[in-house]
Amino acid sequence: MTTLPKKTDKKLGLVIDLDTCVGCHACVVSCKGWNTENYGAPLSDQDAYGANPSGTFLNRVHSYEVQPEDGPAQLIHFPKSCLHCEDAPCVTVCPTGASYKRVEDGIVLVNERDCIGCGLCAWACPYGARELDAAEGVMKKCTLCVDRIYNDNLPEEDRVPACVRTCPAGARHFGDFADPESHVSKLSAEREGMDLMPELGTKPVNQYLPPRPKDEMEQIDVLAPYLTPVAEEPNGFLGWLDRALDAIPSRCEMRSDCAVSDVRKTEDV
Amino acid sequence: MHPAPSVIVFTTLSGLGFGMLAWLGLGFPLVTGWVAFAMFALAYALAVGGLLASTFHLGHPERAIKAFSQWRSSWLSREGVVSVATLTVMALYAAGAVFFDVHWALLGWIGAGLSLLTVFCTAMIYAQLDTVPRWKTPLTPVLFVLISMAGGALLAGQIWAAMVLFPVAAICQVMWWLRGDGAFKLAGSTLATATGLGDRGRVRAFEPPHTGTNYLLREFAFEVGRKHADKLRVIALTLGFVIPFSLLWLPFSYAVVLIAGLSHLAGIAASRWLFFAQAEHVVGLYYGKR
Repeated sequence: MTTLPKKTDKKLGLVIDLDTCVGCHACVVSCKGWNTENYGAPLSDQDAYGANPSGTFLNRVHSYEVQPEDGPAQLIHFPKSCLHCEDAPCVTVCPTGASYKRVEDGIVLVNERDCIGCGLCAWACPYGARELDAAEGVMKKCTLCVDRIYNDNLPEEDRVPACVRTCPAGARHFGDFADPESHVSKLSAEREGMDLMPELGTKPVNQYLPPRPKDEMEQIDVLAPYLTPVAEEPNGFLGWLDRALDAIPSRCEMRSDCAVSDVRKTEDV
Repeated sequence: MHPAPSVIVFTTLSGLGFGMLAWLGLGFPLVTGWVAFAMFALAYALAVGGLLASTFHLGHPERAIKAFSQWRSSWLSREGVVSVATLTVMALYAAGAVFFDVHWALLGWIGAGLSLLTVFCTAMIYAQLDTVPRWKTPLTPVLFVLISMAGGALLAGQIWAAMVLFPVAAICQVMWWLRGDGAFKLAGSTLATATGLGDRGRVRAFEPPHTGTNYLLREFAFEVGRKHADKLRVIALTLGFVIPFSLLWLPFSYAVVLIAGLSHLAGIAASRWLFFAQAEHVVGLYYGKR
């Protein structure tokens, strides 16, 4: 049924910390690794070792440069996967009922046996979260690793999405946003988690934590006082010598067409 | 958006076919026997041919039957349901006209209403999408229905109706283009809102996720041929509306209708190519494409 549930019991989703993400793409690799051999059809590649490789990914990491009014530009790595929107436009456009949002936990899933591969859900998604697999002809998307998070055969610490489990920077967090006391709810509240393209009214569940402002430290250089130039004008004996030598007219100064380079050539100064 | 040939053929042919069915259902012209057979055959060939073409872009056309199930929420599903209802009702009406020399007027009117509703549903598949601001306007279904009615009037030999509808449809087409050119900017989505980073400076796409291309770029970031857009608009307007309208003033003959109809089809195909090729999807923002 492709009408959206009015309310879901849980709101499972991710917090993605743009301050911490180092752009290593480990989440991209682990996502593809897990999902190509578990839920649904594999994530195919075309011309993988040729000149124009392309393939299906459920998670991709972009990199953006932000140039403030003043100060240096900042590079921000930006992982993007399905945001499991509360008001998911991809679900309601589906003609077959293959796309649905689960009442129990809010995960947006595709039942691949019902998918006709019309691609309309991908058109309706503003985030590019859905990709039609070129080999299988069905729509692929992030399942929030639904086959890991409830999987009793896995050790408890592995019952999180593959991307979260693998992130070496700890930039990805998984939890229930319907519970205000959950790790992700608190983190999002504390760090002012934001919606992507809020103007489209999709109400994404996944939250992005903005990068913290860069420290602006004053330049302190402990060696600087020792490196200031010593007296520019010589004084004392050297000063007297300098003035005395200046007083002796050089051969050059007696000629009107004297050039500076000639001074260096004179042997009797 | 990628202008898939199957979808251009679908919207162009089935729009014309359902427009013609609408006029036949209303009893303009009130034909029977072999003439009715020929006209209904042409209308069905266009409508059904278009619908069949639309299945070519599906990943799994063998499951297309499932697309009739979600009419409560999905315009694509509604289009499927309404088109089959139209074809069924009009088949009964056509059988009456062809084989029994009778016109079941009520059935014809229902069929005519369903025909236009089918075209409306087709247009709403596009007009519903917040992600493509160029399409997201009530003008889109108005344009689709007007073009369908104008082309249908031409093929059904309703010269006076066509003389009114062609200029009206042409004006709507120009208005749709002019509105569309500023629509993306007006909708307000930018790389700043897409990333949420706009309040800290000017955001620029620095590196794409992969060195190669992908489904999203192929489907949504189509930019080939945009530079010819203005020329194609003139071609679409000339072939689609001006030439058929001019030919209407000649004495009626099947040759004239044939030439006018082919010109109209070619023009609308060009217009539909632009409809997709010029449409900017917001996901392009993430790739620095807008």
